[in-house]
Amino acid sequence: MEENNEGGNLAQVQHVVLILSGKGGVGKSTLTTELALALRHSGKKVGILDVDLCGPSIPRMLSVGKPEVHQCDLGWVPVYTDAQKSLALMSIGFLLEDPDEAVVWRGPKKTALIGQFVSDVAWGELDVLLVDTPPGTSDEHLAVLENLKKQHKVDGAILITTPQAVSTGDVRREITFCKKTGLRILGIVENMSGFVCPHCSECSNIFSKGGGEELAKLTGSVYLGSVPLDPLLTTSIEEGKDFIQTFPDSATFSAINSIAQTLLTSIQNP
Amino acid sequence: MADIPSDAPQHCPGTASEQAGKTSACQGCPNQNLCSSGATKAPDPAIEEIAEKMLTVKHKILVLSGKGGVGKSTFSAHLAHALASDATKEVALLDVDICGPSIPRIMGLEGEQVAGLSLCLSPRYVEDNLAVMSIGFLLSSPDDAVIWRGPKKNGMIKQFLRDVDWGELDYLIVDTPPGTSDEHLSIVQYLSSARIDGAVIITTPQEVSLQDVRKEIRFCQKVQLPIIGVVENMSGFVCPKCKNTSQIFPPTTGGAERMCEEMNLTLLGRVPLDPRIGKSCDEGKSFLTEVPDSPAAAAYHSIVQSIQAYCLSHVTREESAG
Repeated sequence: MEENNEGGNLAQVQHVVLILSGKGGVGKSTLTTELALALRHSGKKVGILDVDLCGPSIPRMLSVGKPEVHQCDLGWVPVYTDAQKSLALMSIGFLLEDPDEAVVWRGPKKTALIGQFVSDVAWGELDVLLVDTPPGTSDEHLAVLENLKKQHKVDGAILITTPQAVSTGDVRREITFCKKTGLRILGIVENMSGFVCPHCSECSNIFSKGGGEELAKLTGSVYLGSVPLDPLLTTSIEEGKDFIQTFPDSATFSAINSIAQTLLTSIQNP
Repeated sequence: MADIPSDAPQHCPGTASEQAGKTSACQGCPNQNLCSSGATKAPDPAIEEIAEKMLTVKHKILVLSGKGGVGKSTFSAHLAHALASDATKEVALLDVDICGPSIPRIMGLEGEQVAGLSLCLSPRYVEDNLAVMSIGFLLSSPDDAVIWRGPKKNGMIKQFLRDVDWGELDYLIVDTPPGTSDEHLSIVQYLSSARIDGAVIITTPQEVSLQDVRKEIRFCQKVQLPIIGVVENMSGFVCPKCKNTSQIFPPTTGGAERMCEEMNLTLLGRVPLDPRIGKSCDEGKSFLTEVPDSPAAAAYHSIVQSIQAYCLSHVTREESAG
């Protein structure tokens, strides 16, 4: 099926948002997945581009397994999670024959593949494209930004942190990366923000407290909100289930949805 | 930094790269002919220089994980503290996470930057027998971002290994960033003529983590890096009020234990989630000293003993073979 491709494969993508963190393991992929599901839940057509070449987590989180990736005249066809094609995904996870195979590439090779991912995926019409990244401020981040800027405006980035100083310390550097590269910071999200014991409801601050909000104040960024540590969410992610559908009344969904709506407002009214 | 000459264009792939002299970025570079002739891909003399330097380092341990945020730096720091608690041992901790250097904070050395002496590669000392090196010491502000491509990161790692005056060491611990990329290839390459005892692999219990950690294990096997064993971190949380255990990062596919069985590796131990660990790290203190009677501290000590035993048995095997 021929699609109108004037202006490249991103021409019909309304908004592009990067999900960044200087720190690893703060929940970038988890929140990319959950924000995508929340945006879909509110009627948007969403795409996810997973450029974490060494640790591509999104395919498992969306339970898409190991599908074959096809090419069409316009490039790679993304993998759709549903028949309605409301959520599309492209990840290097799809291109590896063996899921345990390590992608042991130096920077220039990673840069080249990311360039292809940005320009050669036939996304079609999307309201929002979320780009999940690995931790750091290196080849992948420079590559995705440079290539996106050539094709399309980038609305900005959401930065994920956990509350403790070891995390916010790295995210401060990511903020500098954004400022140096002219990438608008749409806001900061604090993940793993307290754990409520399911047995006695006592709240424990396992990864400390308050760092996300302090970081936002310190750097003059918008604080988008916090998401608690929720074993129901981590289990859903593990099993590739749609947390939004399974636990729509949870405080965690409410937190994620609020962040998704604030994000939408922010990118629709820059 | 020899990999990127000073007159190279912006996207120089590095003189040692397979693409040296051949990429579009190389067009017009004064070094293009030299690079494309292959002359720059001869074995890096630094490898032998580093091997020479490492003769005074008895044991070298890499701390790896395919996954970010599982506690590599936390573990590296506490391994260093534990080994250095024996005052007769000389220990050093090298942080090669160029983009996200956490070790200065975790070791209580934040603010140890030496302004204006960015080439100064003297390690900082936490104790008389515990030295630390990190790019964090070369940055003048906590907001400074190191936005470097691979070749430049490789050059820094080479300098750390070749040009830092480590002296005589019983243990050199190398903390790494997540992944299987430039930093990991460089560390293994530059230490290729200096025997590495092995790698300690850190994971958390859930499959999302294990999925990436298996790739790291494959990487180790590919580059023939021995694996000392696997540590499962954040392994359950005991509520301080009701004492019930919650699996916040659930081992839906059997956790590190099953992965170790399947891949024929040693499970060195499991460390539970303890909010006091994160607090100690934020404050730059050793959790082992702050909360010595906790289950997590006991787990750390047991794991460290296993690592020491491995390193010593390694030496014994080599001595009897030689």
